[in-house]
Amino acid sequence: MRNLTIRTLVTVAAVATVCAGVALAQTQLDLVVVSWGGAYTASQQKAYHDPYMAANPGIKIINDDSSAEAVAKIRAMNEAGKVTWPLVDVVAADAISLCDEGLVEPVDHDAILAAAPDGTPASEDFGEMIVSECFIPQIVYSTTFGYRTDLVKVPPKTIKDVFDLRKIPGKRALEKRPIGNLEWALIADGVDPDTVYDVLETEAGVKRAFAKLDTIKDQVVWWTQGAQTPQLLADGEVVMGSTYNGRLFSLIEEKKQPVAMMWDWQMYDLDGWVIPKGGPHRKEVLKYLRFATDTQRLADQAKYISYGPARASSAPFVGKHADLGIEMAPHMPTAPANATNTFLFNYEWWADHRDELNEKFNAWLAR
Amino acid sequence: MSLPTYAGPLERIWYYTFRTICGLIFFFLIAPLVVIVPLSFNAIPYFTFTPEMLSLDPSGYSLQWYEDFFTNPNWHGAVKNSFIIAVFATLIATTLGTIGALALSRSHMPYRSAIMAILISPMIVPLIISAAGMYFFYSKIGLASTHLGVILAHAALGTPFVVITVTATLVGFDQSLIRAAHNLGASPTVTFFRVIVPLILPGVISGALLAFITSFDEVVVILFVGSYEQRTIPWQMFSGIREQISPTILAVATLLIIVSILLLTSLELIRRRSERLRGIKPG
Amino acid sequence: MATSGTTSTAQTLTTADGTPLKVSLSRAERRNRIRALLLVAPLFLFIIVFFLVPIGDMLFRSVENRVVGEVLHRTVPLLAMWDEANGELPSEDVFRALVEDFKQGREDRTIGKVGRRMNYEKSGMTSLFRSTARKARRIEQGPFKEALIKINKKWGDIKTWQLLKRESSALTLSYYLASVDMRFDDNGKVVRQPDDEQIYIKLFIRTLNLSALITVLCLALGYPISYLLATLPARTSNLLMILVLLPFWTSLLVRTTAWIALLQKEGVINDFLVALRLIGDENRLAMIHNATGTVVAMTHILLPFMVLPLYSVMKNIPESHVRAARSLGATPFTAFMRVYLPNTVPGIGAGAILVFIIAIGYYITPALVGGVSGTLIGNLIAYHMSTSLNWGLAAALGSVLLALVLALYLLYDKVVGIDNMKMG
Repeated sequence: MRNLTIRTLVTVAAVATVCAGVALAQTQLDLVVVSWGGAYTASQQKAYHDPYMAANPGIKIINDDSSAEAVAKIRAMNEAGKVTWPLVDVVAADAISLCDEGLVEPVDHDAILAAAPDGTPASEDFGEMIVSECFIPQIVYSTTFGYRTDLVKVPPKTIKDVFDLRKIPGKRALEKRPIGNLEWALIADGVDPDTVYDVLETEAGVKRAFAKLDTIKDQVVWWTQGAQTPQLLADGEVVMGSTYNGRLFSLIEEKKQPVAMMWDWQMYDLDGWVIPKGGPHRKEVLKYLRFATDTQRLADQAKYISYGPARASSAPFVGKHADLGIEMAPHMPTAPANATNTFLFNYEWWADHRDELNEKFNAWLAR
Repeated sequence: MSLPTYAGPLERIWYYTFRTICGLIFFFLIAPLVVIVPLSFNAIPYFTFTPEMLSLDPSGYSLQWYEDFFTNPNWHGAVKNSFIIAVFATLIATTLGTIGALALSRSHMPYRSAIMAILISPMIVPLIISAAGMYFFYSKIGLASTHLGVILAHAALGTPFVVITVTATLVGFDQSLIRAAHNLGASPTVTFFRVIVPLILPGVISGALLAFITSFDEVVVILFVGSYEQRTIPWQMFSGIREQISPTILAVATLLIIVSILLLTSLELIRRRSERLRGIKPG
Repeated sequence: MATSGTTSTAQTLTTADGTPLKVSLSRAERRNRIRALLLVAPLFLFIIVFFLVPIGDMLFRSVENRVVGEVLHRTVPLLAMWDEANGELPSEDVFRALVEDFKQGREDRTIGKVGRRMNYEKSGMTSLFRSTARKARRIEQGPFKEALIKINKKWGDIKTWQLLKRESSALTLSYYLASVDMRFDDNGKVVRQPDDEQIYIKLFIRTLNLSALITVLCLALGYPISYLLATLPARTSNLLMILVLLPFWTSLLVRTTAWIALLQKEGVINDFLVALRLIGDENRLAMIHNATGTVVAMTHILLPFMVLPLYSVMKNIPESHVRAARSLGATPFTAFMRVYLPNTVPGIGAGAILVFIIAIGYYITPALVGGVSGTLIGNLIAYHMSTSLNWGLAAALGSVLLALVLALYLLYDKVVGIDNMKMG
């Protein structure tokens, strides 16, 4: 009986080895790119990966949709001393904390990235978007509101309306985290947007923000995944909700749902690449990055998703949506008509206060 | 449970009430699955019955989610990985679990309950804790993000089911049968395959099925220990739910439901056939 | 067992080769024991290596605190000698060591880890460490005390140093305190968290309550259908069994999304109730994104785990028992309560403990349908694992949860016995 078990195990092991061997026998280099999946990865596939693979037949780019766990996984890989990811797409705040902990490589932007067509060096072309020495910006996106045109009597115009249950009754969807919501609460409560963080720095300011959120608390559905608000809006489960502007674009223009945008005090955020420290295929990664972040490629991405290119020089090249044929520029969060009131996170401030306010927020939710 | 002839009127009422209650509970069990099927043909990517669907307008329906499933390489990989991982994990769990259960059922086993407690611990420890622990430790020893790592993790989660089911079949097991076989000159191997295996087979099979399902439907550990290369069907579904909810997962579910119905019905048919062959009148 | 046959008579029984029977038997007994142990060894080692060691490794994280001592390796030993009680800042030596540690920490890019660790204890530490590291490389010579205080006046605050000293040991209790809503105050005394940061005890209690409710519901729904399945003729019961097995085979993610479609405001159930005019279109029921959603969806998902063990136990109860009770004059109710029910206790126990334990650690379904009031402790553990990245706290919460589960398990073992657990 024991012999038989051993024989089975040996056979199993042999089969497994053969399978692994077949996988290894490929001559192509598989370059794994970690990103967010769904429509976002699809836009990267069309704008970056496909043209790059066409030009470099030896490289096969593979998408790993794990960006949501990226920080945790990079940290665990680093602890274990075995980093398997060559290139990862993360939001700016994650890039900053990964950089702080020495888990991703600092880069010289002018040395590794292409200059703009007119010769402007990359660091100037990206300008303020380079929020960390490890961060290679890609897009500007915003968290903003969408509302059901058929379910509200008066369309919301300002952030105050989100907090006004009498004017617009019904459930609203907000992200389940303090970042963004506390700022909105204070602005809606009449705080000057320039001094929001000064107010939040004080105990009374935090109380004031939570008190404002308290006024709508029982009418809020909290989301954690970007796909939830579009689903909730489409289902009529909420009358308005915050989410990434690209999601709302797809809901309105592609899926033709009765939803409209409310851009007042949209929260800008950035998304871009980081190179994990000790990751594989460094040479190939740098070559790919130079291509995927040039002016034309960033402009191309906007054909598939309504996020603004991070390079100033890309703006004139933003054209029409690849399938719908509509002009994309007016749908960008940075378009002048949408950007009358915009807010940029103070990343540094949140790095300091994140732990404490997360605890307070979770405790407030559970109350 | 047929109504006995001596039942009084009260019992009669209770009998029908009871059946109605049971009917409602079965309805509760099956209703969510029934809802999935039409929604998988939805023309829009949301889990809502549109007015077009309710009025049976063909424009409200579409096969796009099935098309997505059959053309998307992410799903091909997920189906392949799910089966590879579940099959190997089940093999390991069933082999180790059956031998372990046989050993545990011997009357000579010292520290029996302590060993039993350790062996079924993967079932007792909340999954999120197991996932966290395996994630850190497997990263350390280079097993994270490998097929082997996921298989071992799933095998560990599946063994308790095998141990418990096989032990349960051995509770009424007459040890003298083994001695009898020995006395009649059977080698331990022959005894094992000709005497023990046939007796414990039902337990082994149901344990193996539970282990298979544990792996096949496991979504917490795979998210931590696995990576894109090891993506299973639940992994792919979860990344779908997170980024963009698409009824493709409902299409997959519908296909899986059909497969399970076919599987379960054919098992039942085979069972009836073999009963007939053996001359047992179905009950 | 084997030795019980020995007699007290003077004559010793021997085997054919002359060894006393007692010795021979105990030798055989030992051989059998070893054989049994050898047989169980592969599985035992497998579980230890691939399951229990990882768990132990994770639990260790709940007290592990090496990073401060490793990165500030010059400062920490000196700080240990500092007498904080006299209310004075540490000596110039300590400041000098800290500047050196900062310089090296910046070079090695490790200083951010310390800042992050300290920020769990007090807000503002991340930027204190980051900005100090940036500026400290310009400090060439002393006095280092003034130089550091000039960079940030927090270095002149004795509380910063007390905190640093407290959190510089290789092991810490901070995570466990946090996991039960406590913390160290500035003086190192253990106090309760301020009201607006208390959450975990509440969530533990809610998790226990909801899990118990789900278990009771599963039992209430599972018992009748298991009984029906066990007593119907095999032909019918096998077909009905498919209704139990199908949901069991269907991914929990799919079942959760199905419940979203059923329970939501514009969902099937509400539409149905409105169509029947049981409720008005304006007053659609809120059955999702709250505890109701969690309880309904989880009861559905866990019901098969109750039915399978119940069914296997009930199947082995001979019908004649109840019939005998009836013929002896028991009412159907009495026959059920006194004869049938006691026989099903092992099944109830196995099903209940299984459902309860799975429920207590659940997080995916509550995350999708639970809203705020249906959030369980598992969600917070997952949150600290993958979002806030406070792994120490996640591990501490996990070990508290594990302790709860083990206590319940032991209780179960005492009351019902593990051996009575049956499944499928």
